[in-house]
Amino acid sequence: MKSYEKVIEKIILICAILSTLSVGLITVFIFHSGLPVLKDYGVLSFIFGMDWKPTNGQYGIFPLILGTLSVTFGALIIGIPTGIACAVFLVEILPSNIAKIFKSAVELLAGIPSVVYGFFGLAVLVPAIRTYFLPIYQIFRPEATTTGFSILAGAIILAIMILPTVVSISENSLAAVPHEYREASLALGANKRETIVKVLIPAAKSGILSSVILGMGRAIGETMAVLLITGNMPVAPKSMLDSVATLTGTIAMEMSYATPTHQSALFAVGIVLFVIIMLLNILAQLMMKRMGGGQ
Amino acid sequence: MQIKETIESLEKKFEVRDLNLFYGSFQALKNIDMDIYENKITALIGPSGCGKSTFLRTLNRMNDLINGVKIEGHITFDGKNIYGKDYDLIALRKKVGMVFQKPNPFPKSIYENIVYGPKIHGEKNRDVLDGIVERTLREVALWEEVKDRLHRPATGLSGGQQQRLCIARCLAVEPEVILMDEPTSALDPVATSKIEELLNTLSDKYTIVIVTHNMQQAGRVSDFTSFFLSGKVIESDKTEKIFSNPANKKTEDYITGRFG
Repeated sequence: MKSYEKVIEKIILICAILSTLSVGLITVFIFHSGLPVLKDYGVLSFIFGMDWKPTNGQYGIFPLILGTLSVTFGALIIGIPTGIACAVFLVEILPSNIAKIFKSAVELLAGIPSVVYGFFGLAVLVPAIRTYFLPIYQIFRPEATTTGFSILAGAIILAIMILPTVVSISENSLAAVPHEYREASLALGANKRETIVKVLIPAAKSGILSSVILGMGRAIGETMAVLLITGNMPVAPKSMLDSVATLTGTIAMEMSYATPTHQSALFAVGIVLFVIIMLLNILAQLMMKRMGGGQ
Repeated sequence: MQIKETIESLEKKFEVRDLNLFYGSFQALKNIDMDIYENKITALIGPSGCGKSTFLRTLNRMNDLINGVKIEGHITFDGKNIYGKDYDLIALRKKVGMVFQKPNPFPKSIYENIVYGPKIHGEKNRDVLDGIVERTLREVALWEEVKDRLHRPATGLSGGQQQRLCIARCLAVEPEVILMDEPTSALDPVATSKIEELLNTLSDKYTIVIVTHNMQQAGRVSDFTSFFLSGKVIESDKTEKIFSNPANKKTEDYITGRFG
């Protein structure tokens, strides 16, 4: 019995080491492959360079960073209010047996492969933006044109993709708010809306915030769906109907035919992505600590 | 407390007539008739599961929150049936405040806890809100203890302080009635005696209905006592009468500790 347990212990230890090691190895590998270009080209001109023309030896990734950030924040602007509203609806308004059906439907969204989202965007969203949204937009900006491959298309698809994360974590944290808070608020003469907005959501804020951060991580890292519908133009966008290229999409598209320097530059893009996500995570944790201080 | 008035001379705040309450098929309250008098403390006593908390929660319609509750009969508050079709539930709960068994301050600052109710009911003026905070905290004798940390989290207070804060939060919307559901059962003896002292001073201005497991507490603080058993009111009377000379044998058995 004793030796049996020791074997198990060793196996678990090996698993733990393996997973930690692979994170370390990936990090070392990315930095090892990408750093030479950063050194030769200069970190600042790499990050803030406005021209991404690998065939000319120009590796300025600022348009890619703008592409990733615009699509991500677009997705958050659409996805977060929708997700939180959906979570509130599931927890506070729907009877629990009906909420279960809605919940599993939302969770099903997480199981759809991202290429299918991309294909859906390509087949439905892109043409819809071109034929239906553009004329409306032109009322305000008559000179606007679009192919439909745009920030907007990417943001909408990503918003749908982050919904399961935002909804399920927000929903869990709302459901975990003690029933006593609801009673206290209602007993003071608050109505349901006031109770939700002023007591329940603030009480669940740390969970809701972490759902937002996780959703943001998913949005930044998403490659395939975005690649198919944002147009992949490494140019700084001027409106939400412009095409953009993202950091991830560029790596995926160009890696297969890249020359050694170009390839190294793509790894350097990976480094930037890595650093952005790290910074966001740290920021998120700091925010959560500060906001959680009230509890 | 000595009661000099006769019962007939007292104003009735609530009149409960033929009240029945069902959770699904289970009948939790059976044919309740009761009067609750203005600016008096009414204690509801009885063993666990006798329906006293359920009854308390019919008075501000908190049972509406529970699925499958059916209520028959009627309860009038200041002469109006609170279960009537067009009765304003928000107004009822503003006038009939509630303090719960477990202290349940919101996870906000002390200040924000108290101004929550007034803000909901439309008060925006900072000076008025500041005034409400000081007045209510003084009323519950908490002001001196917390005046320097009004903007610190309420959850950092001790259990007894939290419960007094909850009473202050309730007073902040200027209720006429305060319902208390075993407000001291989660507190230590010192905190309990502070709340009991508080009840005495509050009863000058407010009608109080208190559910308690603790018969000594009922005897100490209340003017009237109702004894509940299996969803029925066995006996309602002046507290001194109930405790010295109960009319019903079951009441006497319970009070002398023979069961429950």
